[in-house]
Amino acid sequence: MHISKRTNISTGKAWLIRAIAILGALIVCAFVIFAIVKMNPIKVYISMFNGAFGTNKRIWVTVRDLMILTCIAIGLAPAFKMRFWNIGAEGQMLMGGIATAFFMINFAGKMPLPILFICMIVTSIVVGAIWGLIPGFFKAQWNTNETLFTLMMNYIAIQFTSYAVSKWENPPGSNSVGIINRSGATKNAGWIGNMFSKGYNVDYAWLVLITLVLAVAVYYYLTYTKQGYEIAVVGDSENTARYAGIRVKNVYMRTMAISGALCALAGFLAVTAVSHTISTDTAGGRGFTAIIVAWLAKMNPFVMILISALITFLNKGAIQIASDFGLNEYVSQIITGIILFFILGSEFFINYEVHFAKSHKE
Amino acid sequence: MKKVIALLMVLAMVFAIAACSAKPAANKDFKVGVVLVGDENEGYTYSHIEGIKEAIAELGLTEEANVIWKYSIPESELCYDACVDCIEQGCKVVFTNSYGHQTYAQQVAEEYPDIQVCAMTGDTARASGLKNFHNAFTNIYEARYVAGVVAGLKLQQLIDEGKVADKNKDGDNIKIGYVGAFPYAEVVSGYTAFYLGLKSIVPNVVMDVQYTNSWFDITGEKEAALALIDRGCIIIGQHADSTGAPKACEDMLNAGTTVYSVGYNVDMLAVAPTAALTSPTNLWSKFYSYAIGEVMKGGNFDTNWAKGYEADAVKITPLGASCAPGTQEKVDEVIAAIKGGSLHVFDTSTFTVGGAPVTSAFATDTDGDWTNDADEAVFDGYFHESYFQSAPAFSLRIDGITELN
Repeated sequence: MHISKRTNISTGKAWLIRAIAILGALIVCAFVIFAIVKMNPIKVYISMFNGAFGTNKRIWVTVRDLMILTCIAIGLAPAFKMRFWNIGAEGQMLMGGIATAFFMINFAGKMPLPILFICMIVTSIVVGAIWGLIPGFFKAQWNTNETLFTLMMNYIAIQFTSYAVSKWENPPGSNSVGIINRSGATKNAGWIGNMFSKGYNVDYAWLVLITLVLAVAVYYYLTYTKQGYEIAVVGDSENTARYAGIRVKNVYMRTMAISGALCALAGFLAVTAVSHTISTDTAGGRGFTAIIVAWLAKMNPFVMILISALITFLNKGAIQIASDFGLNEYVSQIITGIILFFILGSEFFINYEVHFAKSHKE
Repeated sequence: MKKVIALLMVLAMVFAIAACSAKPAANKDFKVGVVLVGDENEGYTYSHIEGIKEAIAELGLTEEANVIWKYSIPESELCYDACVDCIEQGCKVVFTNSYGHQTYAQQVAEEYPDIQVCAMTGDTARASGLKNFHNAFTNIYEARYVAGVVAGLKLQQLIDEGKVADKNKDGDNIKIGYVGAFPYAEVVSGYTAFYLGLKSIVPNVVMDVQYTNSWFDITGEKEAALALIDRGCIIIGQHADSTGAPKACEDMLNAGTTVYSVGYNVDMLAVAPTAALTSPTNLWSKFYSYAIGEVMKGGNFDTNWAKGYEADAVKITPLGASCAPGTQEKVDEVIAAIKGGSLHVFDTSTFTVGGAPVTSAFATDTDGDWTNDADEAVFDGYFHESYFQSAPAFSLRIDGITELN
């Protein structure tokens, strides 16, 4: 048996391999479910599906979570395309969320709504850009390790968030900010609410629209602009980039500022369009999940939507299984893990060809 | 190949069994939603899970058919989502168990006026004016008072045996300690009740309170207990959820220092077999069976529910072997007095603030500034705890108790 790199593979064949991988994962999971919990795997799969799409509300919640995840992954795309391991999305997102919540809490009712929104968006973008620029600057100037740097920035941002929560907690002593502008004179001020309906968190059509716009914009930026091309060249080979006259340091800093700003925008959306509150759960580990999304999608924003959908579906399904069958969530996470393992593994068969030789004579 | 066929047959049988095993339930359509901040691995949530399980068993309901559990729900919009999901699956009543869930629970109550929503340990139901939004708490301070009596009898025994050393004294007063979570009314009310219970047996005591600023912090609680023991405290009470303080007492007792512990929530005898005396604890099932039962009958339940010994909603865990002889008899007597209404925990003749007796104290904070400003709670000779709202309100700092941090 030997393995060779595929030079090219048709899109159809690649998707066929992925489909086989998912099918394989479901079969393996079926055995695992049966072996561990002695349950009918089909019932478990139906329950998973119900968890994600069982009711109108669940469909919207699934769509909402997948859109936020996509947003973060879109934010990561420029940095990752440059082979800059930005694992600081969590922190960049939180900083954007804090900036947004700051204006919602302190300036609702004190300035006209459009200006309030402009303040929220601009400050979150600026704060996120700075949060991304700091590790970018250090990488450009002193070649510091960006993985550790961005990771550490996350912890600072998380502590910042805890500080902000304790400052703004409502009611006092709850250690939580509660729903911002829930009622009273400033009701729903600074909310991107429902497009079609009234009330709290009924539909998320605006969020979908904004995410799609962002996806198109970032796709265009990375594929058709000069800066996008520079990012690709720096990512492939820093020396080639330098030889071609690209100012690598500038590209590092500029791209990280953009990446941070986009992640902060995801934080802005998470606060204003989804939770209407701020807490350390606003990011809730999604900044890390988004890395898998961006990577599996090969930095293509449209594929990211698909991957996010799959991961969100698995996540919702896992929670539902736990609730329906009285399992704790760890069993369902095993299932999620197996499926992700197969999907990641399928990339190997897309990139490489395996030849079986029955009897190979020297 | 044979194996594959065998396996397929086994699978087929499993399908068949699964299909037949669905048993009919008495009240299949009635559903209760339970939104929990943790899962069964976490003591506070565990006590709520047990409470719900006992309550539904009492009402002839089953977990499979009638309860929708939502575990590990953070205090964020996910709480709102979880509640709405319960309602969409047919729940007529939804409980949330953490204080931080309250704002989301209230949002749900506003949007679903036909569904009863209850934020356990919360305090905004009364002010919200919503008929279908509720708060509930137990009168745990009653059990803390009784636990204080248990500790007092132990202390009296130590005095009689001459085991109280000079370092355990501040002038003529004997020093005791208390590990508290946060400086909230809930904790203040609790430690004051404990102190007054102890003082009813041994009048010359003073108490130091050390806060950990966390509800669950094994190391922090252990450190706080050790600091108090180092100051000479001879009894350590607690209002925090871990076993840190009883363990510290047990270690110090084994090392030759005289110190005994009163825990909270769970029986501490497993970690502190000689040092632990007892633990005051909540019996949530009393509330849950009342509330769920009322909704099953098509009715509503109290906006604010707070009951103690009168409804068997609180108790102290079985007495440890170190308790003084005659403790059980005294405990029964005190409980009977509380139940009968002849003993009030916050009897204003038993304590002073700033050297003077208390004649007036407010129970409710209406503007969120941490100072109570409405509802006069002192009348008929005692502070009416959890009288206007279920959440604890007693936040006077009485003489004899010092908050160290």
